[in-house]
Amino acid sequence: MASMRDIKRRKGSIQSTQQITKAMKLVSTVKLQRAKQRAEQSKAYFNCMYETVTSMLAKTGGLNHPYLTAGESQKKAVIVITSNRGLAGGYNSNIVKLITKGDFKKEDLRIYAIGKKGRDALNRNGYEIVEENSEIIEEPSYVDAMALSQRLLASFAAGEIGEIYLAYTGFKNTVVHEPKLLKLLPVEPAQNASEEKQETGSKAMMNFEPEDDEALDMIIPKYVTSLIYGGLVEAVASENGARMQAMDSATSNAEEMIDHLSLMYNRARQGSITQELTEIIAGANAIS
Amino acid sequence: MAEDSRNFTLKIITPDRIFFEDEVSMVEFNTVEGEVGIYREHIPMTMIVAPGILTITKDQEVSEAALHAGFAEVLPDQVTVLAEIIEWPDEIDVERAEESKSRAEERIREHAPGTDMRRAEMSLKRAVARIETVHK
Repeated sequence: MASMRDIKRRKGSIQSTQQITKAMKLVSTVKLQRAKQRAEQSKAYFNCMYETVTSMLAKTGGLNHPYLTAGESQKKAVIVITSNRGLAGGYNSNIVKLITKGDFKKEDLRIYAIGKKGRDALNRNGYEIVEENSEIIEEPSYVDAMALSQRLLASFAAGEIGEIYLAYTGFKNTVVHEPKLLKLLPVEPAQNASEEKQETGSKAMMNFEPEDDEALDMIIPKYVTSLIYGGLVEAVASENGARMQAMDSATSNAEEMIDHLSLMYNRARQGSITQELTEIIAGANAIS
Repeated sequence: MAEDSRNFTLKIITPDRIFFEDEVSMVEFNTVEGEVGIYREHIPMTMIVAPGILTITKDQEVSEAALHAGFAEVLPDQVTVLAEIIEWPDEIDVERAEESKSRAEERIREHAPGTDMRRAEMSLKRAVARIETVHK
């Protein structure tokens, strides 16, 4: 059995770890509240944006627009949104797995990393990191998303990349977050065609000003930007949710270990008292 | 109730918040094709917004905001403006707008090679829209 001093030291170190995890949990709870509120506030915008774009595409079905067809290049750009800091359970590795275990070919991918953890992991696995914008995850702003989408669309227009994807963690509620891979470009009207049919019936014909393809030219970049921004906002909420959960279970694990160690410590203490007593009694008997 | 039947729902949404949502009788703003004023029963239409002043008329009250980018979806009884940037007059920093106006004007006047003229023009338009919204 370990000595009393060893057990005591071990218990002390677990206790201070527990204090840290407890503090981290509180911090991420507060951050989560803020991020959640933000994600909810911006949801209206994305839903509206999504509806408008899908209804547009349903109407302009046969249109041959560059944004609706895959580019010739085999290269696929993936925006990978992860966190800058770890200790968030499976949050970062789930996103990385989405890419490494997906059906992408490693040499086709060009990674636009947002978040240091994802960048490091993909870099280690030998993926091509084109750009890194890790600082924007700290405080996602629409302007940042706009700048990123402009760069992506420029490479898309120049034929450097054929498809654009977004890998982020969707925020369903405080405990459920799911890693998602979303295709940004080309926009696929086929996916939405069936569900859109009933909707367009009630909404009647939509006119565009200016003409369809010009309108698409202007709306699609906004659509891409809003999806990127939405991904950022949701990812921040998910990150804090994941960290809160991870720290919560770490705190309760520490609690369990401390309980176990206290038991062992008490047992060891009792054992040493008993031993001392036996020794004294045995000594006294020997003298008399 | 006769008054009410002429109203429609106006929603102005930005990525960060719901900027405005109410029953109004008319809304006016700039599109890339020119200025428009929309009443109830407009034909369904999607328009791209150009920088300018957005005017909301509710009953007899008129309120204004500086609208810079986005698009609008018009339905007979509802108008949804998806605005990337929109500000109420009291949110506008006039000094900054004046500064950026003179900066943009200078850039356009000098017409130095390598200047992004479109960007300069856009920023001039935005600045003018901001200043006009405040001074009205």
